[in-house]
Amino acid sequence: MRVIWIGSAIATAAAATAALAIFGGAAASAAPQASNSVALVAYSTPKDAYTKIISAFNGTSAGKGVSFTQSYGASADQAAAVAAGQPADVVALSLKPDISTLVAKGIVAKNWQKTRYQAMVSDSIAVFIVRDGNPKHIHTWADLLKPGIQVITPNPISSGGARWDIMAAYGAQLKLGKTKKQAVAYLRKLFTHVPVLPTSAREALTTFASGKGDVLLDYENDAIFANKKGVHTDFVRPKQTILIENPVALTKSGAKKPAAKAFVKYLTTPAAQRIFAQNGYRPVVKKILKQTAYPNPKQLFTIAYVGGWAKVEKQFFGPKNGIVTKIISSLGK
Amino acid sequence: MLARYALRFGVLGYLAFLLLVPVGMIFYRTFEHGFWPAWHAVTTPAARHALWLTILIAAITVACNTVFGVALAHWLVRGRSRGRGLVNAIIDLPLALSPVVVGLSLVFLYGTGGWFGGLADHGIKILFALPAMVLATIFVTIPFVVREVVPVLREIGTEQEQAAETLGASGFQVFRRVTLPAIRWGVAYGVVLTLARAIGEFGAVSVVSGRIEGQTQTMTLFVSAQYENFDYVGAYAAAVVLALIAFAAVVVMKVFRPKEGAGY
Amino acid sequence: MASNAAAAPAPVGRAAPLAGRALGRGLVAGYLTLIVLIPLAALTWRSLEHGKGSFWDAVSQPEAVAALKLTVVASLVVAAINAVVGTAIAWVLVRDSFVGKGVVNSVIDLPFALPTIVAGLVLLTLYGPDSPLGINIAFTRTAIVFALLFVTLPFVVRAVQPVLLELDREMEEAAESLGARPLAVFRRIVFPNLLPAILSGVALAFARAIGEFGSLVLISGNLPYKTEVSSVYIFGRIQSQDPGAAAAMSVVLLLISLAILLLIGAFRHWRVKHAR
Repeated sequence: MRVIWIGSAIATAAAATAALAIFGGAAASAAPQASNSVALVAYSTPKDAYTKIISAFNGTSAGKGVSFTQSYGASADQAAAVAAGQPADVVALSLKPDISTLVAKGIVAKNWQKTRYQAMVSDSIAVFIVRDGNPKHIHTWADLLKPGIQVITPNPISSGGARWDIMAAYGAQLKLGKTKKQAVAYLRKLFTHVPVLPTSAREALTTFASGKGDVLLDYENDAIFANKKGVHTDFVRPKQTILIENPVALTKSGAKKPAAKAFVKYLTTPAAQRIFAQNGYRPVVKKILKQTAYPNPKQLFTIAYVGGWAKVEKQFFGPKNGIVTKIISSLGK
Repeated sequence: MLARYALRFGVLGYLAFLLLVPVGMIFYRTFEHGFWPAWHAVTTPAARHALWLTILIAAITVACNTVFGVALAHWLVRGRSRGRGLVNAIIDLPLALSPVVVGLSLVFLYGTGGWFGGLADHGIKILFALPAMVLATIFVTIPFVVREVVPVLREIGTEQEQAAETLGASGFQVFRRVTLPAIRWGVAYGVVLTLARAIGEFGAVSVVSGRIEGQTQTMTLFVSAQYENFDYVGAYAAAVVLALIAFAAVVVMKVFRPKEGAGY
Repeated sequence: MASNAAAAPAPVGRAAPLAGRALGRGLVAGYLTLIVLIPLAALTWRSLEHGKGSFWDAVSQPEAVAALKLTVVASLVVAAINAVVGTAIAWVLVRDSFVGKGVVNSVIDLPFALPTIVAGLVLLTLYGPDSPLGINIAFTRTAIVFALLFVTLPFVVRAVQPVLLELDREMEEAAESLGARPLAVFRRIVFPNLLPAILSGVALAFARAIGEFGSLVLISGNLPYKTEVSSVYIFGRIQSQDPGAAAAMSVVLLLISLAILLLIGAFRHWRVKHAR
């Protein structure tokens, strides 16, 4: 008898849950379907920038009355979520390979880069974050290998964004005239100076801020943003460094919404580019970049210089045989 | 006696280093710049929605797992069918899964191309909406009530239940008037543990929620968002809110206890 | 052994409860299947997607094996410490009384309620390079044990507390009045009654420790072969587009947990048999 009571209680609870869930589910899905609503799925660092850009967009005639749902998270995680069915009209991610996975799934059109700036909306460069006053005098990539220097970098295996930093190191060696073999040897030596492997850029900064390490490999926009928010560090722009380019793409569902298309177009207008600049990013529009105070590194190169993302992902970060994968795998051996 | 003081100070010392000092640090960091910055950080519309969502998910989770937990505990201890040993071992397994893997299993099941992926096409949203978040939270809290009630059920034995039955009480009456009051502390602590864990769940919910601001952001996801943005006061303040909820749960439980010494 | 209730005269309407029992079992089984078994099945399926060969390949990678060893050893250590300290804490909270006991009792569950990010942050600040207490254990294996002790604190404590509260004090008092010393009373009378609860809590603590990620990831350093635990290794596999390997390692962790949990269950069974 008591079990009947328990059983029916369970049935009631289950039914109530199912009802609530379906009701809740229906309610949650109502928002993005409206054609005047744009679902933005982005990586986490440009959140402040996008919040301001959306406000500015709402003030224009094309953006009047457009409502947004915004989702921010780690770039690769966001790509995986959209691939699994998360509604998205505009995806703004940290690096091109994350969008390529969406192209492979048929969520983003194959010709997504056929726009004026190859679908990039913001740039940055790889820099060295150092302690206030740079007490260990770290200025060049060679300085990272000085005895006793501890280098913090997010694990490029678990953080796609950290791959920019590693390719910056590799490309810098090539720019300095080293051969490919020597450049790989540099990477190997670099990792012997790495005492810990945080799994993300934010964790790496937290680790560095907690007192560990002498230099942190990070991006310029992160360094500027951290300083703005009260983290006491300096940063150094090495002469040889990589240009970090952040892409934005319309999904197939977004391509059907005029509001989404207008938003993506807005991202490369002077107003939006200036907002990016105020948040630590380098504008992709050269005219606006010239108006900012960003110094240009003497030997700046792009990912194309080291082979392009498709080749680099396989050669350096392939899950089994990637050069860097193997280096990291044997770090503590 | 000396033993009692030694034990007390040993325990308090351990708790101080492991728990009290870290929790104190969280409160300190929250109110470092005064009360109002912390208050403003957790009363924004996004924060308030996150709190409501967290409480909603926790309420459903606690209700389901309490009913199920008591039923399962009863079967495990008083039942007679085979397979109890295996179920007994399986019930703890959800804890052994790393939260990201929990989220991924749910994505694998309910996402595009998954076993139940077709549900989404018929308008039944599981992933990136409340249902998946509830499923993930229930998954990670499933053993608590069971594990709290089972030892108590074993401890109290069957004599009183059998006595009541021979006096003519029906099964339901036996459960309501004899068993339930006896396992009351087990259920209570199970509820407290489930509630605390449910409001603190992050990894699995992060993966299945879609992290949509103002819609599928729980308090823990709100903490994560503030942390990413270097808003440490906001992150710590939200953590304080969660800590206060867990604290209050135990206080409420204590308030409802009978006077010391009453009972059998 | 207590006599069966079947010896008493059967009340009216005994058939209905039997059907009800079946219904209840069915619903419990259904809940368990939907919530637990199906996701676990999905995970196992994922791990075998490319065949048994790739499963074995994934779990026999030297880095994976090193992470697994570290995880299992750390979890066993933590479970053992919890068994002793958790019982002591529960004892003090139930049997002792001092100013502030209520507050201490109410904060025991906080490690569950606190988001793992905040827990990790605070532990790193307090016990890392810039520690205000002068204790720097960050990025070592000690840090792993410490973080795991933090997140598993409530398990044994809360498992033992309700049993202690329900414990019949008569036998203890009788033994004491006969001159038995407190330690002997505890060892022979109280402890056997607490053991099932302690084992319950230990099983939970071990399972949680094996799967813990968030509070560990900041303070452990994640160096392969040194301070990388399985959950971090699994996370790395997921991020490098190798979900099959991640699923395979997760299944291995589940199997190890299952083995330990069955062992604990068997041990308890054996003790019950030999106690009577």
